[in-house]
Amino acid sequence: MAAAMPLALLVLLLLGPGGWCLAEPPRDSLREELVITPLPSGDVAATFQFRTRWDSELQREGVWINLGRSSVMSSQGSSAPLSTSSTPPTQSLPLPPSNPWVWPMTLTTTFCAMLCCRGRWSAPKTSPPGRSSCPVVPRASLISFHLLQAGLSVLLKADRLFHTSYHSQAVHIRPVCRNARCTSISWELRQTLSVVFDAFITGQGKKDWSLFRMFSRTLTEPCPLASESRVYVDITTYNQDNETLEVHPPPTTTYQDVILGTRKTYAIYDLLDTAMINNSRNLNIQLKWKRPPENEAPPVPFLHAQRYVSGYGLQKGELSTLLYNTHPYRAFPVLLLDTVPWYLRLYVHTLTITSKGKENKPSYIHYQPAQDRLQPHLLEMLIQLPANSVTKVSIQFERALLKWTEYTPDPNHGFYVSPSVLSALVPSMVAAKPVDWEESPLFNSLFPVSDGSNYFVRLYTEPLLVNLPTPDFSMPYNVICLTCTVVAVCYGSFYNLLTRTFHIEEPRTGGLAKRLANLIRRARGVPPL
Amino acid sequence: MGLLSDPVRRRALARLVLRLNAPLCVLSYVAGIAWFLALVFPPLTQRTYMSENAMGSTMVEEQFAGGDRARAFARDFAAHRKKSGALPVAWLERTMRSVGLEVYTQSFSRKLPFPDETHERYMVSGTNVYGILRAPRAASTESLVLTVPCGSDSTNSQAVGLLLALAAHFRGQIYWAKDIVFLVTEHDLLGTEAWLEAYHDVNVTGMQSSPLQGRAGAIQAAVALELSSDVVTSLDVAVEGLNGQLPNLDLLNLFQTFCQKGGLLCTLQGKLQPEDWTSLDGPLQGLQTLLLMVLRQASGRPHGSHGLFLRYRVEALTLRGINSFRQYKYDLVAVGKALEGMFRKLNHLLERLHQSFFLYLLPGLSRFVSIGLYMPAVGFLLLVLGLKALELWMQLHEAGMGLEEPGGAPGPSVPLPPSQAMGLALYVLPVLGQHVATQHFPVAEAEAVVLTLLAIYAAGLALPHNTHRVVSTQAPDRGWMALKLVALIYLALQLGCIALTNFSLGFLLATTMVPTAALAKPHGPRTLYAALLVLTSPAATLLGSLFLWRELQEAPLSLAEGWQLFLAALAQGVLEHHTYGALLFPLLSLGLYPCWLLFWNVLFWK
Repeated sequence: MAAAMPLALLVLLLLGPGGWCLAEPPRDSLREELVITPLPSGDVAATFQFRTRWDSELQREGVWINLGRSSVMSSQGSSAPLSTSSTPPTQSLPLPPSNPWVWPMTLTTTFCAMLCCRGRWSAPKTSPPGRSSCPVVPRASLISFHLLQAGLSVLLKADRLFHTSYHSQAVHIRPVCRNARCTSISWELRQTLSVVFDAFITGQGKKDWSLFRMFSRTLTEPCPLASESRVYVDITTYNQDNETLEVHPPPTTTYQDVILGTRKTYAIYDLLDTAMINNSRNLNIQLKWKRPPENEAPPVPFLHAQRYVSGYGLQKGELSTLLYNTHPYRAFPVLLLDTVPWYLRLYVHTLTITSKGKENKPSYIHYQPAQDRLQPHLLEMLIQLPANSVTKVSIQFERALLKWTEYTPDPNHGFYVSPSVLSALVPSMVAAKPVDWEESPLFNSLFPVSDGSNYFVRLYTEPLLVNLPTPDFSMPYNVICLTCTVVAVCYGSFYNLLTRTFHIEEPRTGGLAKRLANLIRRARGVPPL
Repeated sequence: MGLLSDPVRRRALARLVLRLNAPLCVLSYVAGIAWFLALVFPPLTQRTYMSENAMGSTMVEEQFAGGDRARAFARDFAAHRKKSGALPVAWLERTMRSVGLEVYTQSFSRKLPFPDETHERYMVSGTNVYGILRAPRAASTESLVLTVPCGSDSTNSQAVGLLLALAAHFRGQIYWAKDIVFLVTEHDLLGTEAWLEAYHDVNVTGMQSSPLQGRAGAIQAAVALELSSDVVTSLDVAVEGLNGQLPNLDLLNLFQTFCQKGGLLCTLQGKLQPEDWTSLDGPLQGLQTLLLMVLRQASGRPHGSHGLFLRYRVEALTLRGINSFRQYKYDLVAVGKALEGMFRKLNHLLERLHQSFFLYLLPGLSRFVSIGLYMPAVGFLLLVLGLKALELWMQLHEAGMGLEEPGGAPGPSVPLPPSQAMGLALYVLPVLGQHVATQHFPVAEAEAVVLTLLAIYAAGLALPHNTHRVVSTQAPDRGWMALKLVALIYLALQLGCIALTNFSLGFLLATTMVPTAALAKPHGPRTLYAALLVLTSPAATLLGSLFLWRELQEAPLSLAEGWQLFLAALAQGVLEHHTYGALLFPLLSLGLYPCWLLFWNVLFWK
């Protein structure tokens, strides 16, 4: 979309006290939500979403969006949305994808600073967005997390959140219309955090869970500033026959919806409902399995993907992406976007796409070649995935030799190649009805439904680590100097020896007399002495 | 270099080389051997040290206590295996899943070029089972591998038990930053090769296997485990991999650190390491270990399934539990703790292991010889060939620079193509012609291959009689001298290249082949030279190495046993070339054997 947008947002970290709920200016509105989904493997996924809507014009003035600890200052407003996420993609978990739109790199770096992630970004390694944009920080390690005070953010306790097997954070800012004719714009800031609790580590093998066991906290009070504060618990029974699980306290209401093509039932706990937080000021939601699910491999989603580097040695290699369509009878198209750094020199003629042993010709290919040190390769394809098939997309590359100052401080770690992005409309099993975004729960925006028979999925494959030929940096100068000296000294002499023959020339005798005699002899036409 | 450009000095130098050639050659050869023997003495061997910062100073506390669990797993595994007669895939899958791993299987099949009589297999098909522990701290970009190769007999079940118990323990920890792959392979190395090829999506050996469903990024290091008893008296570590490749020395240092920390008795090449390096005893004991290592590395075989990982630039070693008659024994907990410590430290790695040496020799577990110090040994040996070639060149130069060959058929190039053809036949025919051989002779395929090998090898000795008819006898001396010159340079080049990639093989071949190559000439005591040449041919070197090998292991061979072992080694060499891509067989048959035949031709020049 708006790639060349001259955005110059500055993000500052304020060290002032206060939690997310406490320092909101009065004209803002905050909605918060937690969705808890027990996964078939016994793990539990929890997705927090905090959505701040802010009725203010950002166009002219430089304004502060005060978020408590972290504040965003926009010095030059623009009406384009912005988002970033730091996610270690783990494909085996059926999780809501973070789906941001546009991707100015300086902003990513800035927001990375805000999210305390350590991403390695610099302009030449990233790509301009194509049809589907790919904003994920390939290597992000989190450093710290300080959130407080009331409402759902009570549960955000750092040491518990870091004992999880997956976690993902995202920040999205977008303009929303304040009325139907869109005469004025509000800004919406969406902050999401998804974590998956590991049943093996936190639950000691048991699959029952409670808020306290997961977060070592319970909900005590609603956030006074929040206009909506809800907890959703997925109580869909996987076996259709009878009840297999039980939640406590019993929910007041339930909510049914079609999420990612399957019908789901959620129990709703509204924290603003005064009866909910009972006398002990304590809400500890618990789930007990009446018949615990079997220790089985989790059900396979219709679309999943895997990416790896094949080959060995430091000269060549191959990037392979496996796209799985496990739908029994429906084929569907997938938009695959690959951004490959320039130092992997792609051989585009080696691009092969095979499904079920036959060549699969993509209906659309967009390729933008890399420029050294300026721009990465961009490869975008629309591929039809046949029903119940594995499609292999592979392309060979050669590893470039970098200049010695271009290596990172840890060159032997390898270089990251960012994930491919797959966007697809996956046929759903159940027809979904169109929803009203403002009325439905916040988490619905994570799973946008395009129409009744399909649902939209954007997948990120795993990032790759590729080793480049790396010089031994332990003593470059010694080696370079020594080699150069040896080559300089030996080359000349050997070249001399090999190309010339040496003869001993007898010293000249006779001097002046002989020269005179020769002059005379030449005049006479006789060969000289 | 001015020395060579100045014709007067050059002539003086040439005269010196010509006159003192024989003493210089002897001196150089002796210096080479002496240098090699001196490698075990302290100024040349150094104490090993950890170079990798990420593994050096940090301490880890091992908490593994699943000894009983490991034994129970091992018992179950052994029982299921006995029942099914093959790897109990379903049981392994179930158990791995129950300890919380992501489990996948891979089936593979391979038809060997001819029946392998040592391992009793021909048409091989099996299944590998592996479980991945996903690290909560990373996005599956890096991984470590713990592998247990299971052969056809029911050994190694304790290793599987320990692997499962370790997996259960590791699964409960939260500090993993690299995925850990727990791999159990069937048909030992064949399974490992199949898994590695599928993991890297390449096909180097013609293995047929199903593609892998689960991957875990770039493998950083691997440890192979072989245990066949509940208690061990010592742990032996094997480092030599395919084609003499070695893992980074830091991995060995890491193992040694945990040996010392856990008080485990650790051996290298089955030998305890000497305590005292200052007196003569220590270095002499070190020399035995060093020679064993040289022999093992020269063989180019993967000594344990770790050897196959090295091709993919995965640092790996094999740990073998030894249960001997010693009094003090360690249980599985001690071994498990050492492994836990190693994996936790490998988990700390920020970069691939690259700080320490990749090319080294080991006279003991805590002593090493670096490449800069051992290369002169082979350099001195190759200098002999250089000196001899120089002498011949100058003699040829002086004998007849202006004398052009009248017939235009230069002698030296004649035996070259036939000897190379012999080499090619030696490489191709045994495997290709095994069926023809079995039809016409009452032998099995494996025997047919070995006997064809020997037959072609011996047939090469008849070559001089056939080539002589073509060679003109105009200038008899010039002919053999030119041929010998070519052969010497050819040999020196080959040995030099081999020594750069696999020092042990290069050194071993240089020690045996260089003196007779320098001596060979068609005058003088021909029978003696012929006997010497046969004794130092590549095949005889192999036979001699086998005797030396068993001698050093203190299990000497009788002649008949040695011969049997030699035949088995020939078959194994050919098989390993086809199944794992070992390069020793093509190197000997296509490179060194033809070169050796040239010297044979020189000897029988008429």
